[in-house]
Amino acid sequence: MAQIIIKNLRKDFGDFTAVKESSFTIENGEFFMLLGPSGCGKTTTLRMIAGLELPTSGEVYIDGEEVSQKRASERDIAFVFQMFALYPHLNVRQNISYPLKSQRMPKREIKAKVDEVAGILGIEDILNKPVGGLSGGDRQRVALGRAIVREPKAFMMDEPLGALDAEFREHMTEELRALHDRMGATTVYVTHDQLEAMQMGDKIVVMNHGSVEQFGVPQEIYDWPATLFVADFIGSPSMNLLRFNGSIATGDTMVSLDGQDLEIPEQLQAASGDLVFGVRPEHVSMNDNSAYRGEVTATEYLGTTRIITIDTPNGVLKARVPASQVFTVGETHGLEFNPRTISIFDETSGTALLSKANKGVLDHG
Amino acid sequence: MSGFSVTEPSKRQKWFAGLLVITYAVVTLLPLLWIIATGFKSPADSISYPPKVLFEPTLEGYVNLFSTRTRITPSMRETLVEPTTWYEQIARDSGTVIAGPSRYGQRFLNSVIIGFGSTFLSIFFGTLAAYAFSRFKVPIKEDLLFFILSTRMMPPIAVAIPIFLMFRQLGLNDTQLGMILLYTAVNLSLSVWLLKGFIDEIPLEYEEAALIDGYTRFQAFYKVVLPQAATGIASTAIFCLIFAWNEYAFAVLLTSGTAQTAPPFIPTIIGIGGQDWPAVAAGATIFLIPVMIFTILLRKHLLSGITFGAVRK
Ligand SMILES: Nc1ncnc2c1ncn2[C@@H]1O[C@H](COP(=O)(O)OP(=O)(O)O)[C@@H](O)[C@H]1O
Ligand SMILES: [Mg+2]
Repeated sequence: MAQIIIKNLRKDFGDFTAVKESSFTIENGEFFMLLGPSGCGKTTTLRMIAGLELPTSGEVYIDGEEVSQKRASERDIAFVFQMFALYPHLNVRQNISYPLKSQRMPKREIKAKVDEVAGILGIEDILNKPVGGLSGGDRQRVALGRAIVREPKAFMMDEPLGALDAEFREHMTEELRALHDRMGATTVYVTHDQLEAMQMGDKIVVMNHGSVEQFGVPQEIYDWPATLFVADFIGSPSMNLLRFNGSIATGDTMVSLDGQDLEIPEQLQAASGDLVFGVRPEHVSMNDNSAYRGEVTATEYLGTTRIITIDTPNGVLKARVPASQVFTVGETHGLEFNPRTISIFDETSGTALLSKANKGVLDHG
Repeated sequence: MSGFSVTEPSKRQKWFAGLLVITYAVVTLLPLLWIIATGFKSPADSISYPPKVLFEPTLEGYVNLFSTRTRITPSMRETLVEPTTWYEQIARDSGTVIAGPSRYGQRFLNSVIIGFGSTFLSIFFGTLAAYAFSRFKVPIKEDLLFFILSTRMMPPIAVAIPIFLMFRQLGLNDTQLGMILLYTAVNLSLSVWLLKGFIDEIPLEYEEAALIDGYTRFQAFYKVVLPQAATGIASTAIFCLIFAWNEYAFAVLLTSGTAQTAPPFIPTIIGIGGQDWPAVAAGATIFLIPVMIFTILLRKHLLSGITFGAVRK
């Protein structure tokens, strides 16, 4: 159990900066997601927390102790590798015992611990099998077993479901979350799958190109993205980003798109030039009284909802509407946007402008 | 595992492949069979023409290999006592008496000590160096690796004289230690390169897992990397041993007495008391045995390791 604080953590590989001054805090017992596209520095960040990579600069605090230059073995952290990294020359029981052996725990105690962990994970019947022939799910469980058996301060997991097939991932996601809830141990989980992050995480850090884009609870990040990147990366379909040229003054509650005035949350920041009007698909509705119009170019039926693709004067937009509403390709409709949910971005800086609505989320970091 | 369609070979293809393998085996094994057979022939049978395929086996060659003998002169005949052992009897039947043991046993022992000693050192240092080259940032790594390999490019004969002079200065001439060091030096290039290939294939994550699990880097090396490199180590050891065991040029130039190995010794048997081919053949046959045993013991590893890098992930 531990709180982990990352402060201005940076990693250079030669001339290349893999992680740029990152800071965030992982609270005790949190299931914490490190989310971002491939190559954005998630693994490198995780490895610096675990001690497999030494940071170029910055600090890592585990339970208040600065550990950034300490060996992995001195940090009391468990790591579940992307490909599991089970020791191929040992069987399942030996694999799970391995971290306890290094602590010179008596044989009898090791056996009891391994049996207990095997019970938790439901792998009692494969304990004496070699790891070579195991299925993906069982490998995953053995890797988890090796991690939890020594009751470390925290768990690091690098895309632990990446090697499993889609069907099984779903199941394993639930199993992992249940395991976490049972153990209550601080967990840092790396994934590039935003859905997985939203589903499982207590808190999420979104990274891109080595920088932290946003840090917060899933709902906040979903509702109030701090940057254009986050707006585009999170959600499926992602946030609609309508580009326009205009200016916004402090206190504004209206913005003009294609000559039509649209209501927005009260702005706390002025900006002008290339701006972006951001709205989630579920906050777009069809209302023929609206003067802001677009043409339906595609519809996609999803069971309870329908995704309608619409061509607007400010670009393509997707609306999520109840499945009962039927629209036909080629029709033109008026569009209405839920004014309380709108984010305005400055395209040049790529960041969201502060408004009364997103202030609470964006101000804390 | 993509793009290949594996079809069952037809019966004719199987026959043809089998025939090919058998032909190859016969061609390569025939000289070996001939040597083994000659070891059990009498000197007369061994040089008869046309060569004898069927013959009456005798251990005379082996007795001659391990002993020195004197020819029985008429004056000796009266003082001779009856032979008490089977090998004295064999010597007596060919008109000689055993004067003492030959030096073959000692030369053979030299071969064992030098061969296995240098193989052990080649593997020991080779594994450490290969691990370092594989895992750590080493300045001018590529150049160093090429340099190590380049030591293998010269034939032994080209460096034998300088080594001879160096060894004389250091007092290593005709010593087991000198030969062990020399063969280790020659084999290191092979062992570093082969082992680096094998260690490169072992994913880094296993060691990192061990580091996380509370082990030191050295523990991670010998508890996690070494067991997985066993295949590579076994096959490299066989190559090193075969080289050191069979090496002739250095041995003939740098050893003469105490440290002489079997390869330069065996041909000298011919000179002792006429053309004793069965004794030479017997010496060669016995000389083959240790490498054969070593290879058979490590065979399981060798078969999976010989594919170089195609090891299971
Ligand atoms: N040991 C290394 N040497 C050089 N570059 C590296 C090394 N490890 C990672 N990188 C680079 O750093 C960037 C971030 O890598 P990584 O943290 O693995 O990304 P992610 O896990 O988010 O996909 C990538 O561009 C990768 O190529
Ligand atoms: Mg990664």
